[in-house]
Amino acid sequence: MIDLESFRTEARDWLEANCPPEMRQPLRSEDDVCWGGRNWTFASDAQRQWLQVMGERGWTVPDWPKEYGGGGLSPEETRVLKQEMARIGARPPLTSFGISMLGPALLKFGTEEQKKHYLGQIARGEIRWCQGYSEPGAGSDLAGLQTKAEDKGDHWVVNGQKVWTSYADKADWIFCLVRTSTESKQGGISFLLFDMRSPGVSTKPILLISGSSPFCETFFDDVQVPKDQIVGELNKGWDVAKYLLGHEREMIAGMGLGSGGKSVTLGSSTKPADLLLRAEIAAFDVDALAFAAMSERFAAMWKAGEAHPASPSMMKYAGTELNKRRNELAMAGGGSDSLEWNSERRAPRDWLRSKGNSIEGGTSEIQLNIVAKHILRLPGA
Amino acid sequence: MAQLTDDQKMLQETAAAFMADEGAIAKQLRHWRDIGCKDGFGHGLWKQFAELGLTGICIPEDQGGLGLGATESAVVLEEIGKNLTPSPFLATAVVVTRAIEGTAHAERWFPGILSGETTLALAVDEGSRHSPEATALEARRQGNGFILNGAKQFVVQGPSADMIITVARTAGSAGETGGLTLFAVPRDAAGLDIENVALLDSSKAARLTYTNVELDADAVIGEVDGGWRPLQRALAAGRAGAAAELVGVAAGASALTLDYLRQRKQFGRLIGEFQALQHRAAHLYLEIEIARAAALKAARLIDESDDQAELFASVAKAKAADVANLTVREGVQMHGGIGMTDEHDIGLFMKREAVLGELFGDLYFHRNRVAELSGY
Repeated sequence: MIDLESFRTEARDWLEANCPPEMRQPLRSEDDVCWGGRNWTFASDAQRQWLQVMGERGWTVPDWPKEYGGGGLSPEETRVLKQEMARIGARPPLTSFGISMLGPALLKFGTEEQKKHYLGQIARGEIRWCQGYSEPGAGSDLAGLQTKAEDKGDHWVVNGQKVWTSYADKADWIFCLVRTSTESKQGGISFLLFDMRSPGVSTKPILLISGSSPFCETFFDDVQVPKDQIVGELNKGWDVAKYLLGHEREMIAGMGLGSGGKSVTLGSSTKPADLLLRAEIAAFDVDALAFAAMSERFAAMWKAGEAHPASPSMMKYAGTELNKRRNELAMAGGGSDSLEWNSERRAPRDWLRSKGNSIEGGTSEIQLNIVAKHILRLPGA
Repeated sequence: MAQLTDDQKMLQETAAAFMADEGAIAKQLRHWRDIGCKDGFGHGLWKQFAELGLTGICIPEDQGGLGLGATESAVVLEEIGKNLTPSPFLATAVVVTRAIEGTAHAERWFPGILSGETTLALAVDEGSRHSPEATALEARRQGNGFILNGAKQFVVQGPSADMIITVARTAGSAGETGGLTLFAVPRDAAGLDIENVALLDSSKAARLTYTNVELDADAVIGEVDGGWRPLQRALAAGRAGAAAELVGVAAGASALTLDYLRQRKQFGRLIGEFQALQHRAAHLYLEIEIARAAALKAARLIDESDDQAELFASVAKAKAADVANLTVREGVQMHGGIGMTDEHDIGLFMKREAVLGELFGDLYFHRNRVAELSGY
């Protein structure tokens, strides 16, 4: 405990000296988030500096090993660092799918060369990644994917199409599920990494009902990929994919609960004028606060290795359904103000965007299937 | 910590084994119900609770108890809930113990609680809905003492209690939180009429009538007119405890239902193979996990004397009541016809949920309280 307290003092002093004042202001919008990558335009010098010093210290990924660019911190030290960052309101220096999704998979399944090559770049925010999973014919039935990688001796040739690729138009590299065998559905999938600048890769943003385009269609036309850019064994990519999905679901569940049981934003009024709406909001708040308690418990159990491996599915389902409810009530609470498309409150856009929460990263129905099969072990599930 | 400590896990194992064996439905609930027991629970079992130290779970160590808190009580109550074990544990070992700790009444009553000979109860409600500030039962000063007139209802474990803590009004008027005082009223007090009311789950509650009940000044628990704060502390412990027991009721009902889905065949298939039922079962599972986390958080905040303890006691009570209600409804429905029979245990869970859901404020009371405490 004494060590932990001295670490706290050290972290506090270092953050005090190194976190620019501007980076201690709350994020005002999506535009303030730093995604990094080779094409990244920093919003300010402070944002650049913050990423640089945190990347050098390994604290963009505090619990990764030092030899791969991480901070080498224990889970307890990582928690202390997060507490100290929260204390001064420090923004995350870097938000990336490399950190939240690919990195953990590389740490588990990557070769030593791959870890050395990619993880440090992820930690420093030098590569922005996108995820090539879903296809037009493979949504909930993800393992039905058809994008094909052919073995051409010293390289793969990839042909096919992905869809719902988040920020594919802004990403530097892709981690991509491809079919390398038709003998078996799940046992014929491999996990490839490649540069989005490779000849034959093209992207097309998808305009959503919310008015934004965070997702793309991604096309591969005879894309050449070096042989050593496969993660895990040939035809064993489904294991990597599932492991990574667990992390993705944790992250998505975290988005719904990051607000820590936050109530409904009512807009111009602070109190619901309508008694029945008030009752609905109170019912929501009970569920949101209870779920916040669940998130704390889940995080502690997950770190201690006591959570069921399939439990991120439960969190993802509950967190996203809750977020949709929050947005429904915010719309109701705002009345006709909520209908204004270009208002600063963004109520209608957030409401429409939230509908995707229970679809992306595995639909609510798929999560319930997973709970029924892997946790409850119901027959035939 | 959001997880249980090793000691708490050991207590959980002990309580789980004990309730599943000695506290089992056939041995306790059905037995006492079927022979028409006037108290609705077995005093022998309460003695066994005492031998394990459970009756003194919240009594300080220097007074002979285990010196544990709301979290450990929650752990025990979840196991009680799973087995529908009838006992005065929540009323006596949690709520009343919390209400009299640190007062002169503790010395009077703790020894009997510790030995398993004494049971106590708390009388708050006067109407059919929980509303502590609406207390109208009058305690008028008379000489050095007080004279009580009024009525109470839904006093759980009241018919068998040796002493009933009575919330009375010594000043102000109904609706005000000031002017309330807690009194220790012995069951044999002259002018106290105890009507034994059988509830739908075979537990017994008392309907009390106070007609010129004369009490000495030392019957006051804490401060005259200052009863609201200690009452709130006792109620927070009771609400968090009822929430934990409700989580147990939900978990027990859910376990029965899942077993049934795994063995009942229709259309040549196990009904658990049907996705229509799988999704409902999965939904129940995670709702119960969430309710358990809320109940444990409420207990932890009480143990840490956190400012948010009362808010979370209401969150936990509302959530657990909501989830347990959904679970027993789904449980009876998924059992089909057998779920409607008295022979099957699933219906007993539905009955217990109804009582616990109402105790110390129902779902709507606590949602409303969350709204009030949140400022809207």
